[in-house]
Amino acid sequence: MKNTLRQIFHSSKFVVGFLIFVGLLAVIFIYPVFHPGNPLDMIGVGTFAKPGTYVSLYDSVTTQTQVLKLPEAADKRLAKVLSDEDRVKIVNYLTAIEVDVEGLDYSDTDALLEAWRANYDESLKPKGMTKAERNYYKRLNNSLNSMGSQGEMIVTEKDPSGEEKQMAVIGTEDYVNVKDVANTKNLVFGTDNFGRDVLKELVSAAKTSIQIGLIAGTVATFIGLLLGLLSGYVGGLLDDIIMFITNIFTVIPSFVLLILISYSIGQDKRGAPVVALVIGLTSWTWTARSVRSQVISLRNRDHVNLSRLSGHSLGRILLTDILPYIASYVVMAFILQVSSGILAEAQLSLLGLGPKTTEVPTLGLMMNWAMLYSAHLNGSWWAYFPVIFTITLISFSLNLMNTGLDQVFNPTLRD
Amino acid sequence: MKGYRKYFGKKIIWFLITLVVAVLLNFILPRLMPNDPVAAITGKMAQGLTDASAAQRIYEKYQEEFGTNKPIIQQFFIFVKNLFHGDLGTSFSQYPRKVSDIISSSILWTIALQFPAIIVGWLLGNLLGALAAYIRKGFDKVLLPVSLFLSNIPAFGMAVMLLVLFAVKLKIAPTSGGYNFDMIPNFSWRFVKSVISHYQLPFWSIVLVSIGGQAVGMRSMSIYELNADYVKYARFLGIKDRKIVGYVFRNAMLPQITGLAMSIGTMVGGALVAEIIFSYPGLGSTMFSAISGGDYPLISATTLIITLMVLVISFLLDIIYGFIDPRVKAAQFD
Repeated sequence: MKNTLRQIFHSSKFVVGFLIFVGLLAVIFIYPVFHPGNPLDMIGVGTFAKPGTYVSLYDSVTTQTQVLKLPEAADKRLAKVLSDEDRVKIVNYLTAIEVDVEGLDYSDTDALLEAWRANYDESLKPKGMTKAERNYYKRLNNSLNSMGSQGEMIVTEKDPSGEEKQMAVIGTEDYVNVKDVANTKNLVFGTDNFGRDVLKELVSAAKTSIQIGLIAGTVATFIGLLLGLLSGYVGGLLDDIIMFITNIFTVIPSFVLLILISYSIGQDKRGAPVVALVIGLTSWTWTARSVRSQVISLRNRDHVNLSRLSGHSLGRILLTDILPYIASYVVMAFILQVSSGILAEAQLSLLGLGPKTTEVPTLGLMMNWAMLYSAHLNGSWWAYFPVIFTITLISFSLNLMNTGLDQVFNPTLRD
Repeated sequence: MKGYRKYFGKKIIWFLITLVVAVLLNFILPRLMPNDPVAAITGKMAQGLTDASAAQRIYEKYQEEFGTNKPIIQQFFIFVKNLFHGDLGTSFSQYPRKVSDIISSSILWTIALQFPAIIVGWLLGNLLGALAAYIRKGFDKVLLPVSLFLSNIPAFGMAVMLLVLFAVKLKIAPTSGGYNFDMIPNFSWRFVKSVISHYQLPFWSIVLVSIGGQAVGMRSMSIYELNADYVKYARFLGIKDRKIVGYVFRNAMLPQITGLAMSIGTMVGGALVAEIIFSYPGLGSTMFSAISGGDYPLISATTLIITLMVLVISFLLDIIYGFIDPRVKAAQFD
């Protein structure tokens, strides 16, 4: 046993896979300790807030300021308002009203603004310009003007009696230290379509999905092992019956059975454990077949015969004389079942047959929500990409472990 | 040819048995469950209806239409009889369209998409895997982990990423559908061009996913064969490397065909989910809309058709296997 373990941990593939998996588990268990709370809490109003640090505007007004004279501050401020698209639009406008734009550089904010201020006229109706476009230019002009004045801002507070009281005067060179602001929130992966913290949700979803994989894998491996052992060792009529059933369920796609059963159970009764159980119940055939063929090659070994002659019971022979010899295969099959269980849950959820949505998030459900709210079409990559990456990473680590084990136990495959 | 009769006969009998079981399961599984689908639908239809007798009439009408008021054995025979006539009932969500109508308009899309994609992916994957096994050094160190990682991207994940990259960011492919939404299917050049441009992304996402898995499997199969005694013996005899590689490839290929037959169900399932991402007008999207619409007859029909497709493909693969595996041939002539 000790020797086998040492051998396994010499396989670089296994070790890499193992480390990734353990790392994932560590994150799953440690992250909630530092960031407690329900992952399904909707902290954001509105959908798909971008990843980044959010600083409370309210608190920063009352935070002590520091004057910093940064030479490029004004330019940056303008550049933020004036997107590349706006710059192109400005030049388009100037061309439309027949101003000479020769030599005007898009990146030269000052020159661009100068030309704009000199030539823009709200009342002009250039040829071929729709009302929507004219309105766009009006809005652009307003935002440029408000930025352009560079005056101080005065913040007033409305007390309960409705009286307004001056709170702060904010100059263009006032800065606050983010550390001094009472409320800031770092959303590493932004929020999803319901305004939930994606990172927190992802960690909780990964945990549930791995649990689903483990339950499904355990159920499938247990059934497959039991049927394989009985069918291989006992043989005869029992073998025929078991193999008949196994062969049928190998050909009938488990995916279809999964859909039929999940649909029949109904959304209300479909908790994560139920889904895991159903996945396990539909994916044991492969294990049963390979265990059976292993057992057949073992059952006439001398030590098994000796055990049988000594009158040991069926259970004892299977457990002590046969199981240890096929343990490595069983472990490998288990690992693959876990990984395919996680994938099966994701696919079911995408079809709308996943676990019920009110209790815990799963990777599949997160993917389903992102797709239902078209995150992939509106550029909200943070809602789906981390999910895909996590699924891939989990199944990559499991498969790597499996390949490593395969090479340890099948010397012909070794590099 | 005579020797094959036994092999094929056995395969055909197996095919028929699994077919019967599949139809049986498709019929029984939804009916085993405690909730009555007809009651659920009536509940939805009768929402806001205060008159209990009207709700009762709706319930009875649906019972009549779906035949759930008859004993289960009789229901089964009606189900099978209708099946032989190609009658799969009436859809709820697209009432009064026939289920067989909906299925026949989507099945061709799925077959035209998945069949070529899986074949191309399988061939490319095997070629790459064999190459990786033969070259080994360096190639193995870098490409194996990469292809292992790639092969673990789920089909829907690959679909989303291709979609975002090529359709949303680079705008060189359409984002959804099987053809431009303003077109009516016909055989004009414009329509065919639109179909082809919509075909690219779903096709390549399935191909890429199947390449990874096949390449990894083929690589280890080929390495296993390259270390076999007959290869060493052939080397001793001084047979040319190229000829040995040919034999090795052929032998490693056989388990890959069995592997394809075993995994075809999973692959089709994954590809069906990928269809949803592209809103491709195939069976996957049909099933998705059926599930979200609670369209029970349509769900049961799509699952049945998918099962049938998978069964037929596995059967054909078995037949092909019989022709190319010399051991099967030898066993039949004994």
